[in-house]
Amino acid sequence: MFARYTALAIVIAALAAFDSAAAQTANQPPDTMAARVEACTPCHGNKGEGTSDVYFPRLGGKPAGYLYNQLLAFRSGRRKYPPMNYLLEFLPDPYLEAMAEYFANEHPPLPPPAPSEVSKEVLAQGELLATRGDAGRNIPACVSCHGPGLTGMQPGIPGLLGLRANYISAQLGAWRYGTRTAKSPDCMQVVAGHLTEADVTAVAAWLATRAAPANPAPVPKGTYALPFGCGSQPN
Amino acid sequence: MGSKLSIALLALAAFTTAAQAQDKTSDIIARGEYLARAGDCTACHTAPDGRLFAGGRAMPTPFGTLYTSNITPDPETGIGKWSADDFYKTMHSGRFPDGGLIYPAMPFASYTKVTRADSDAIFAYLRSIPPVNQRNRPHELRFPYDNRQLILGWRTLFFSEGEFKPDPKQSAEWNRGAYLVEGLGHCGMCHSPINALGGTSQSDAFKGGLIPMQNWYAPSLTSSREAGLGDWSIKDITDLLQTGVSARGVVYGPMAEVVHNSLQYLSDEDIRAMAVYLKGISEPSPPPPASSALPTTESSLLISLGKTVYDKHCASCHGLQGEGKPPHWPPLANNQSIEMQSAVNPIRMVLNGGYPPGTQGNPMPYGMPPFAGLLSDNEVAAVVSYIRTAWGNRGTPVSAREANELRSAPLN
Ligand code: HEC
Ligand code: HEC
Ligand code: HEC
Ligand code: HEC
Ligand code: HEC
Repeated sequence: MFARYTALAIVIAALAAFDSAAAQTANQPPDTMAARVEACTPCHGNKGEGTSDVYFPRLGGKPAGYLYNQLLAFRSGRRKYPPMNYLLEFLPDPYLEAMAEYFANEHPPLPPPAPSEVSKEVLAQGELLATRGDAGRNIPACVSCHGPGLTGMQPGIPGLLGLRANYISAQLGAWRYGTRTAKSPDCMQVVAGHLTEADVTAVAAWLATRAAPANPAPVPKGTYALPFGCGSQPN
Repeated sequence: MGSKLSIALLALAAFTTAAQAQDKTSDIIARGEYLARAGDCTACHTAPDGRLFAGGRAMPTPFGTLYTSNITPDPETGIGKWSADDFYKTMHSGRFPDGGLIYPAMPFASYTKVTRADSDAIFAYLRSIPPVNQRNRPHELRFPYDNRQLILGWRTLFFSEGEFKPDPKQSAEWNRGAYLVEGLGHCGMCHSPINALGGTSQSDAFKGGLIPMQNWYAPSLTSSREAGLGDWSIKDITDLLQTGVSARGVVYGPMAEVVHNSLQYLSDEDIRAMAVYLKGISEPSPPPPASSALPTTESSLLISLGKTVYDKHCASCHGLQGEGKPPHWPPLANNQSIEMQSAVNPIRMVLNGGYPPGTQGNPMPYGMPPFAGLLSDNEVAAVVSYIRTAWGNRGTPVSAREANELRSAPLN
């Protein structure tokens, strides 16, 4: 008799536990990264594909190490954009790493190249800087770090395709004015420091007209050597 | 034989006391570290990306900018030459070792309640951290506030020196909570109305106030129309303080920092004691706030637009009936923090979005997107008016002008 009651009690307890577990999950947001980054997607797109705002960058498919470095820089204020500085202020490192991984593993297609608003001569000057640089003015070719296909390299160097001209020139400007800094030695600050206003316009315009490569994925770490050291890309 | 044994015992005794002494020092340092967390010293004395406790953090005030001090044990630029007495004088009396007056931005008006033993433990801990040689940056205060003699007047009005005195009518737990909230926690520094002189008076303690320069409203911890916690369960209060989220609401803005840097590290017993005390000081609600300044027809138009905005942009997380999916997506129905007379916080939440702090108890919080770029002033005012008045909420509508003014509020 007593045994029967206990058995019944156990069944009821189990049922109750099951019930409340079910109720719990029904009333909880999905336990996914997608739900956790809903605060980001109005500006960066659901899969990190970017939005129509020309200053809001895409995130999808960029190297995870690069994205993580950016999140650390926004959290500490080394890279400034107040709405993002604010959102990230009290989030711990492992969580920022998980966010970076999440967007790195999304692969939305790159947007079609934008029609350019600058002259052929300017585009030609942009192409020259990107592919050859200008040794006389100490400007290394962008491809020497960002890769022959401009797709970047794991873990810390981003590709330069699929970005809009306004965004690229804003970032180069930010390095020149010190509102964006990367881990020391900050090689991009050196590069940007050698560029004139006209160089920035030219190279940004040319990059934005490039068609998406067949394989936009960043190449593996160590595929090629950098012309000089970058704190974001440990050897 | 006998004497040999006693020598051996003596040696053993000496050995154990040495070990105990060492144990005691490391215990004291560990306790000091814990208490420094409870006092949230790092929030002010560590600059973003800076070395621990090396100071140099800018504190904007209505009178100019203060820069916090280096409190590492560096003898030249920190407090390496200080004695425990000097340190206690700072904590307890708000004075430098030479007797000079300290600006009340250093919360000595609360820390004065800290016991001598706890002050000594914090000092022992600060002596154990790596010294950093970094000179204090001079404050940039406008005339006449750059004259420290003015602090005397402030002290006469707002400072009463003295250690915490337990209330014998209350439980030990309540008293422990009171000690932490009124003392090291310096909760009153934000949660009390600040008058034009930058002071808070004893009788207004914990009555809530707008934090100058930051434009966040720190609600009253005593009124149940604001953040008074009289009808909260102890579990909801401890969840909120320790993890940043709870079934009743979440923390954000400056309160997220308090949970992130300080409260998440406190023991379950101490958090519980604070919860018991906070629940205890809650007073019966004052009468409902005066009705809105907006004409009725205008506010009903606003509220119907607000419902449209809400259903489209907010209901997916906060629920059609404002029920949310607590604790991660907080409920908005029956949520005191949006019904308060001051609408500053809900307006800023909508403009800026936010994440609760990542804590040991909630390491991967869910977030809310900022709507500043998506909604017009009118739509922000409308949706805030809607959530303040729908589902039985008893707040009042807000105007587009209020929404517009908060667009320029600083984000740090
Ligand atoms: C209000 C719009 C907005 C929101 C919300 C937002 N971002 Fe951003 N994000 C931006 C803008 C604008 C930039 C570029 C800032 C600059 O000019 O440097 C940026 C840059 C970034 C970058 C650097 C991209 C690169 O290629 O260098 C990362 C990574 C990033 N955001 C991740 C996030 C994550 C994760 C979230 C959510 C927690 C988020 N953002 C929320 C607007 C936003
Ligand atoms: C010495 C190596 C090096 C060279 C040369 C170089 N870059 Fe970079 N670049 C980097 C690194 C590393 C980063 C990532 C920095 C960080 O972590 O924030 C970067 C980032 C960038 C970004 C930011 C991308 C984004 O999504 O926000 C832009 C834009 C950029 N580089 C443009 C250029 C251009 C244009 C050139 C040629 C004129 C160039 N870079 C040459 C190393 C280089
Ligand atoms: C809300 C910000 C804030 C918090 C929290 C804070 N302090 Fe301070 N502290 C300051 C400021 C500002 C000064 C400089 C005051 C002045 O110059 O008059 C200061 C000065 C000091 C000094 C004097 C050092 C010197 O040589 O100038 C000591 C010691 C000190 N704080 C210790 C602490 C300890 C210990 C804690 C935690 C229990 C703490 N502070 C928490 C803001 C803060
Ligand atoms: C730096 C200023 C600051 C300090 C210090 C501070 N608070 Fe707050 N607190 C706020 C602000 C602003 C809010 C409103 C935002 C919110 O609700 O999270 C708030 C909200 C709260 C709430 C209400 C949360 C809700 O959802 O209704 C409680 C409870 C609270 N604080 C308790 C405390 C306690 C206890 C302490 C001391 C350990 C403390 N606060 C210290 C600024 C502060
Ligand atoms: C993606 C889910 C999501 C959406 C969409 C969303 N919120 Fe939130 N909301 C949250 C989260 C998560 C928090 C806690 C944020 C924090 O603590 O910083 C929050 C907090 C709030 C708060 C503060 C609640 C409290 O406890 O004090 C208010 C008010 C609010 N939201 C209103 C809105 C309004 C109005 C909208 C639509 C314009 C909206 N939210 C859209 C997820 C969301």
